[in-house]
Amino acid sequence: MNEVLALVDCNNFYVSCERVFNPTLENKPVVVLSNNDGCIVSRSNEVKAMGIPMGKAAFEIRDVIQKHHIETYSSNYTLYADMSKRVMQSLFQFTPDIEIYSIDEAFLDLSGIHTPYHEYGQIIRNTVRKWTGIPVSVGIARTKTLTKIANKLAKTSPKANGVLDLVDSPYIEEALRRIAVVDVWGVGYRIARTLNKAGIFTALDLSGADIGWVKKKFGVEGVRTVYELRGISCYPLEQNPPSKKSLAVSRMFGRPVETIEELSEAVAAYASRAGEKLREGKLSSGLLTVFITTSRFVEKQYFNSYTTEFPVQTNDSMEIIREALCALKKIYRKGYEYKKAGVLLNNLVLENKVQGNLFDSVDRDRSKRLMNAIDAINCRGICPVRWAAEGIEKPWHTRFKHLSPKYTTQWDQLPRVS
Amino acid sequence: MKIETIYKPDLSTLRELPYFEAKVPAGFPSPAADYEENQLDLNTHLIKNPAATFFVRVSGDSMIGAGIHDGDLLIVDRAIDPKDKNVVIAVIDGELTVKRIRIRRQKITLEAENINYASKEVREEADFQVWGVVTNVIHSL
Repeated sequence: MNEVLALVDCNNFYVSCERVFNPTLENKPVVVLSNNDGCIVSRSNEVKAMGIPMGKAAFEIRDVIQKHHIETYSSNYTLYADMSKRVMQSLFQFTPDIEIYSIDEAFLDLSGIHTPYHEYGQIIRNTVRKWTGIPVSVGIARTKTLTKIANKLAKTSPKANGVLDLVDSPYIEEALRRIAVVDVWGVGYRIARTLNKAGIFTALDLSGADIGWVKKKFGVEGVRTVYELRGISCYPLEQNPPSKKSLAVSRMFGRPVETIEELSEAVAAYASRAGEKLREGKLSSGLLTVFITTSRFVEKQYFNSYTTEFPVQTNDSMEIIREALCALKKIYRKGYEYKKAGVLLNNLVLENKVQGNLFDSVDRDRSKRLMNAIDAINCRGICPVRWAAEGIEKPWHTRFKHLSPKYTTQWDQLPRVS
Repeated sequence: MKIETIYKPDLSTLRELPYFEAKVPAGFPSPAADYEENQLDLNTHLIKNPAATFFVRVSGDSMIGAGIHDGDLLIVDRAIDPKDKNVVIAVIDGELTVKRIRIRRQKITLEAENINYASKEVREEADFQVWGVVTNVIHSL
């Protein structure tokens, strides 16, 4: 079937979220920093024009930030998640066939739409902007890989006005010529280097590459990319992405942590959050991994992890915390400055598909009732119930110096108007 | 003031299944099902378009004449096209403000509802944008 796909991608998403509630930031250089205010994860166009790259460590360009009065924000993930949900909700009125690809991107199936695609793209763009305040770009084409390219050009070409339709377009060749092969979806730096050596520099070069050679060098995924560039769809819309196989909660600490007591608090908090996430998804886990690591930049480095199996797949926070703390004791070494810890849960199954165990010593019904009660209280959010092991003060907590208010999810942080 | 009808509020978010369903023989539809009314939900009553609806907090008394007080909560729908006399959240020179918008021919004015505040004509060169239309005020007594 000849499908038509659109990629809707939010422009400078985190920066745009901040601007919706703080319009003074319009037309000013703005960056959003990662966890711990470490490096740049979102840049306004003004910052891009200064040549400051994505991922740059904030401390390296402190002078530039001051000199150009670049407004700096910590990541406000609560706000970004809520705004993302609103963007996706507004997209659902254009077609029910949507694949939410990331926090700020979605593929839409536009096959069977009778409005000219370019016009439809403009309607999508204007609607999302009006409803949510978030500017988006729309790339329309026959394959996902081509929509990525169309979207990139829609963002950068002033003529496109945010929408580029490459469906059966005479300009496809010209578009592919303008895209460096490293920017093609699925091609990383390593692959691009090999391609460059073979004289393949643009997306157009790659679309004309010999299939046999590509298969030998890069396998079937490489072949798919070439076909996609030629307009033959190999990656259909995934509306029900395969259910999660694993789940992770990990954070960088706000400052180095040395003692097992503080580390235990952090691991317990992550284990507790992981348990909540499991129950939100009505899942249970069979395998738990805990890891701790020092910073890559210190002299005495240490990384270790420990994996343990649950006797019966579980989503009981108490059990997860207990096992996580046991695992932590096994890998903790004194005398290191730890920078990050995490809890990973694997072998996830739907909670109603859990296999019983003859020798199971836990009262599963009782534990389930307790978890429901705790989640119900925490859902109301006034004074959440926490496991004692998490600690109260959380001195290891991630550092957010320039955090904006949770404008859309907290009564006491709503935007103010006068 | 006369109250015409009193509706029963929905206080039963944690409600179990309605009692009659348990008594119905398996596979046979309940004759009462057709008469069960929907409970009243303020969210669906006040919010037509959740993706585009935001809450904002008022500070100051410039709109007191419209029944909007300091500290009140406003429900703002960004999807609605602003019409003459709507109360709107506007962005003017980077600042969020709540005012009554007047749209007459080519002229846009933002009117306060308090004699202590002057109306503001939006000049063409001004950095101006309607952020959303206010649909409801929630005022605590």
